Amino acid sequence: MSNDKLRVPTMGQCMAEGKQPEVLFWVGSAGSFDDRAKKITRAFVKILNKANVDFAVLGTEESCTGDVAKRAGNEFLFQMQALMNIEVLNGYGIKKIVTCDPHSYNCLKNEYPGLGGNYEVVHHTQFIQDLINSGKLNVTGSLYKGKRITFHDPCYLGRANNEYTAPREVLKNTNADIIEMKRHKQTALCCGAGGAQMFKEPEKGDKDINVLRTEDALSTKPNIIATGCPYCITMMTDGVKNKEKEDAVKVMDIAEIIATAEEL
Amino acid sequence: MEYLSNILFAIVLVAGIGFFTKNVLRLSRNIKLGRDVDVSDNKPQRWKNMAKIALGQTKMVVRPIAGFLHIIVYVGFIIINLEVLEIIIDGLFGTHRVFASLGSIYNLLIGSFEILAVLVIVAVVIFWIRRNIIRIKRFIKPEMKGWPKNDGNIILYIELVLMTLFLTMNAADYQLQLLDAPHYTKAGDFPASQFIASLFSDMSIASLIVLERTTWWLHIIGILCFLNYLYYSKHLHILLAFPNTYYGSIEPKGKLNNLEAITKEVKLMMDPSADPFAAPAEDAPVPEKFGASDVKDLNWVQLLNAYTCTECGRCTSSCPANLTGKKLSPRKIMMDTRDRLEEVGKNIDANKGVFVEDGKQLLGDYITKEELWACTTCNACVEECPVSISPLSIIQDMRRYLVMEQSAAPVELNNMMSNIENNGAPWPYNQMDRLNWVDE
Repeated sequence: MSNDKLRVPTMGQCMAEGKQPEVLFWVGSAGSFDDRAKKITRAFVKILNKANVDFAVLGTEESCTGDVAKRAGNEFLFQMQALMNIEVLNGYGIKKIVTCDPHSYNCLKNEYPGLGGNYEVVHHTQFIQDLINSGKLNVTGSLYKGKRITFHDPCYLGRANNEYTAPREVLKNTNADIIEMKRHKQTALCCGAGGAQMFKEPEKGDKDINVLRTEDALSTKPNIIATGCPYCITMMTDGVKNKEKEDAVKVMDIAEIIATAEEL
Repeated sequence: MEYLSNILFAIVLVAGIGFFTKNVLRLSRNIKLGRDVDVSDNKPQRWKNMAKIALGQTKMVVRPIAGFLHIIVYVGFIIINLEVLEIIIDGLFGTHRVFASLGSIYNLLIGSFEILAVLVIVAVVIFWIRRNIIRIKRFIKPEMKGWPKNDGNIILYIELVLMTLFLTMNAADYQLQLLDAPHYTKAGDFPASQFIASLFSDMSIASLIVLERTTWWLHIIGILCFLNYLYYSKHLHILLAFPNTYYGSIEPKGKLNNLEAITKEVKLMMDPSADPFAAPAEDAPVPEKFGASDVKDLNWVQLLNAYTCTECGRCTSSCPANLTGKKLSPRKIMMDTRDRLEEVGKNIDANKGVFVEDGKQLLGDYITKEELWACTTCNACVEECPVSISPLSIIQDMRRYLVMEQSAAPVELNNMMSNIENNGAPWPYNQMDRLNWVDE
């Protein structure tokens, strides 16, 4: 990836300049702080910059959606976060939000409206698909031609919100061979991070969920395990390490695959 | 004496239906112990779901073998029960095969009943083999030991016996028709039972009549017994699948409800003009309990879910926690909820309509924290359920109770939540550093 400086305007700057960007990029806590997820954030911004998307981020005004607290059972904390965020979002007159995190996506899309936050919310795989379909982004690189890619459905994109096609459609543009795992789409197995599991040790069992899911993925003999969620990335990367396959198999977000295919 | 059998039949029928009605009333009373929930929205979509999922069995065929066999038993059950209508009329009025005047249509009906009866027997035998010989994993999980296992088999035995009685009854009738026995109208095509009838070729008319009457009575008594067995069995789904798919969620699976009582409190907290030291109004209602620790804290759709569950275990066999050896089994969540609800219902019955505190609750006595915290909220169980049950919604409500009423979250989750409170992120990073990724 080239090291050109990313253009990342904040809503505050836009407002000062009297501009209203078309879309807000909700970076999310993982995308802001997790070292691995930050790479996804940067890759997605490269795509946004390349396609000249008029976007902005909240920057330091963004706070956790509260999703993970809600799943853990702390509705108080969730609603406090949600109401604070909604105040900020509504204050800026936000109409459309894009995010790389299916958990934020689900929460903003399905749970904020009931608290007064009504926005058009899209996942970054849907957004990239739109950019490609509308001709704003051309994926021409041949870096992934003939490579075997298997897509792991994030639960909060797939089952939770019925989006199975966008990530697959985007991947098709790379000319890679897309190979499905036995459990995919509706029957996809969770990576093990959902429902606040990301932040705690698993209960006693005979295996870790991410290892089982990685076995699903490795049985397709992939070069790349693709997904669309920062938590899935962590879990699958750990799973691949557990199987000592990290030299042969990469775990990548769709945004990273598209950004590298285009040598952005 | 002439009308003895008619009177006897009426008594048996009224007793069977009466006892069933009593249990239906108990069932509905128990379900109404749950909190109210508004499910009056989007009726067209709800009817559509019921037609597709319950009537059309669309979720069943996701697993083709079990789905196909289930459709045979389901169609058989519905169609063959048309015959029950004739049996009831015959029983009450002393007629015999009262619909025989329908002629060729009648022949077609009886013919299709018979073919279905044979197919049902085949399906039931395969089901039994799957449970007892092949021992498919989802049928032998820990929660399936004892009664649930026997219940599953008893249902198959009853179905087998009923179908055998039906075919034997028809065979005896057919043989009597061949012998020109009085009262036995020549009617019906018997594509299956004619083969059984050939076994009866040496029997006299008198003994054939005894056989026909015995199997006729046993068949209808068997059906009434089965009807009354439902309430004590997982088999209630044959009735409750319909309301359950109607009332099932029509929202995206990822949407978890926002608790309104909390919205009020949070808004008050965030309101700069609210007086933090204001004493609560004299008539202020007792604050609602957050989340669920017992069945009465769940809403009535969740309780209906529990009675609808037929313990097929598709949820458990797709649950990532269960697949990796954790204690959580979504099916057990539903079975526990029903067992506890039954216990509460019996308590109410035993105490003249009032629940007397029994020192037990769903949380702890039935469902452990370990099970609840193993859930990844991945919705695999909800996706799998062929009758729109959501074990996840119960798990979520119980987590809410643990966290908000008891502060009993695992330590790591408490750390995560205090990070969100303090820094606006689940990790201990400063909110002011949120944009650092741009320059890294």
